[in-house]
Amino acid sequence: MTDKSHDPNQMTGAAMIVRALIDHGVQHIFGYPGGAVLPIYDEIFQQSEVEHILVRHEQGAGHAAEGYARSTGRPGVVLVTSGPGATNMVTPLTDALMDSIPLVCITGQVPTHLIGNDAFQECDTVGITRPSTKHNWLVRNVNDLAKVLHEAFYVATTGRPGPVVVDVPKDVQFATGAYHPPRKSDVHVSYTPRVKGDATLIRKAAAMLASAKRPVIYTGGGVINSGPEASKLLRELVEATGFPITSTLMGLGAYPASGPNWLGMLGMHGTYEANMTMHDCDVMLCVGARFDDRITGRTDAFSPGSKKIHIDIDPSSINKNIRVDVPIIGDAGNVIGDLLQVFKAEAKKPDIRAWWQQIAQWRARNSLAYRKNNDVILPQYAIQRLFELTRGRDTYITTEVGQHQMWAAQFFGFEEPHRWMTSGGLGTMGYGLPAALGVQVAHPDSLVIDIAGDASVQMTIQEMSTAVQFELPIKIFILNNQYMGMVRQWQQLLHGNRLSHSYSEALPDFVKLADAYGCVGLQATKPSDLDGAIREMISVKRPVLFDCRVAALENCFPMIPSGKAHNEMLLPEEATNEATATAFAGGKALV
Amino acid sequence: MNQPASAYFLEERQDPTETHTLSVLVQNEPGVLARVIGLFSGRGYNIDSLTVSETESQKHLSRITIVTTGTPMVIQQIKNQLDRMIPVYRVVDMTLTGRSIERELAMVKVKGGGDNRVEALRLADAFRARVIDATTESFVFEITGNSAKINQFIDLMRPLGLVEVSRTGVAAIGRGPEGM
Ligand SMILES: Cc1ncc(C[n+]2csc(CCOP(=O)(O)OP(=O)(O)O)c2C)c(N)n1
Ligand SMILES: [Mg+2]
Repeated sequence: MTDKSHDPNQMTGAAMIVRALIDHGVQHIFGYPGGAVLPIYDEIFQQSEVEHILVRHEQGAGHAAEGYARSTGRPGVVLVTSGPGATNMVTPLTDALMDSIPLVCITGQVPTHLIGNDAFQECDTVGITRPSTKHNWLVRNVNDLAKVLHEAFYVATTGRPGPVVVDVPKDVQFATGAYHPPRKSDVHVSYTPRVKGDATLIRKAAAMLASAKRPVIYTGGGVINSGPEASKLLRELVEATGFPITSTLMGLGAYPASGPNWLGMLGMHGTYEANMTMHDCDVMLCVGARFDDRITGRTDAFSPGSKKIHIDIDPSSINKNIRVDVPIIGDAGNVIGDLLQVFKAEAKKPDIRAWWQQIAQWRARNSLAYRKNNDVILPQYAIQRLFELTRGRDTYITTEVGQHQMWAAQFFGFEEPHRWMTSGGLGTMGYGLPAALGVQVAHPDSLVIDIAGDASVQMTIQEMSTAVQFELPIKIFILNNQYMGMVRQWQQLLHGNRLSHSYSEALPDFVKLADAYGCVGLQATKPSDLDGAIREMISVKRPVLFDCRVAALENCFPMIPSGKAHNEMLLPEEATNEATATAFAGGKALV
Repeated sequence: MNQPASAYFLEERQDPTETHTLSVLVQNEPGVLARVIGLFSGRGYNIDSLTVSETESQKHLSRITIVTTGTPMVIQQIKNQLDRMIPVYRVVDMTLTGRSIERELAMVKVKGGGDNRVEALRLADAFRARVIDATTESFVFEITGNSAKINQFIDLMRPLGLVEVSRTGVAAIGRGPEGM
């Protein structure tokens, strides 16, 4: 005889959701309530294992969860209501899909009998989020809920990580059904991501590395996603081969910026030496990167003389933009480990001294140089000071999108993976502030800084209120150039300096705004103020809005103009007004 | 090469295209067809023909047959993108296997009298098309075969009073004893 009321696995759908979170080790979720999720909020109220962080806009919850995930390697979890709650999540979901960030987003839905009736706050959540998730589910029966929730965590975190949505109608949240803990059979048998690389191809790759004369290692976010072990193995591989290494925006920190083989970031605003090395190499080892258009420049002129090895967990990343010679499908860490073993056992370091001499000449061009200025703070200088004054601290950096993001990538040196959170694929202004919140929730005692722009920061500034409520001492370091600088730069270079709607008119007084939110406002207007103000920002144990007034019209260099190859970069010393005008004249465009 | 000012590299590529028939075995669950179609529209791939039906109901398996056109690199992308979808079991490029049979069914309505009517019947016979509906002034023919044969039949019917056509799209299966 079974008495259902005493069966501990019989519970409501709402209770199952909280129970599944606990079973998956979730400690924090980011969310915003509404009619279609009230039963879940009621369950959250009655327990203390999962802490809920109340944001001020669902987009903030999504980016916070991304920051949380990126800095911990664990999935970020979001809970939002139906209709507008779900549609507000579309940007962070798409952002997470582009940058392969594991998110589990639970959305409330109108009761099943109302679906399709244009009910109050109804929207086709699975339809809207289908192209912005790795997978999504609408759960119509409470007895499917446990299985779907467990599968959701599995899909989000395995293979190429990504966001998933579980849409739960309100009647399913109220209904009682059977819960079960996670088990293997919860997952589609058709979903089998590959972890281990093909041994024959790995052997072939090792032989190519061993015979290289002008090699380069080019890594991306996949190395970070694979976990800290992958970065450790990557460092060993660089050590064992003696090869130069560069990385995409998403991959910074996998190899330390202070390491001797580091070339700096590559791509549109990458260093001259990184792009020249990519262009002239004879063997390229690409790990966990995807030959994105910001990296390759003109694809038919991309690294024309090289044999390419591509390690990626997602077969659809291979041969998408650039044809490669040796594709190896598998987890970055796993494959690097195997490759390292084979290389150590069967090969020895090739002699590439001549290549390093060539690279030294490119380095000597000093492509990140900028003119010093004693009167106004140059944005590059501000990042350099921020880097110097936080050196040796337990620091995490997030960014918004624009020039400040590129300067942060160029001038802030990352020594460890998981320390750098930026919106790479989607380029979402408004990402950095909520992402910093998520990072701070996961690392309460660390120094978390959002390197922001004056325009971007206003897109999610309301989350300062969240920071104050939850005592999250995030530092918002605004490089305030009073422009949408990146837009202005393109307009200057491509559109005859007609600055159409790129001036940040009517900027708020950020110091007063900080005060209004109940956090700390700081300002620096001169280079001589800067160090003191940064020190104060670091020592304050509360959220800070730092208004760093920087030169308004500074441009971000070096850069690759479009229709151009890696070896045709525009360097800062060449970038006088006339020279840039000429470089971009005649219909040649910037990327 | 001149190009307008742009944040993207504007490259024109004129690689030759190919037409491939793909068989896709999927879990038959709500939304699976929307995912597949959304992939094609979202990434700008062509669908020349698409058929879908449940094929093994106990296992909830459906088989989708897609005829698509693209450069070899794009065809490879399509297969990889399909394969990584969670409810997709297998993707087989029937064109690459070179051992597949493709069939389509069409119903063709023709209206007319006199010599045209006689001629339509005579051609239908030659194409092994069956009459499945008739009035004194019209026929509906049912014809099965590969797409080229059906196209040819329709072209012949056009001057004889073609009214409308309904086609199933291509279904494909491999020759020999093995399944996909
Ligand atoms: C949501 C969103 N809208 C528009 C853009 C296009 N965009 C890219 S950079 C930029 C300007 C950013 O200005 P700011 O935050 O002040 O940074 P700056 O470039 O001045 O450092 C804009 C509008 C974007 N990336 N994201
Ligand atoms: Mg700005």
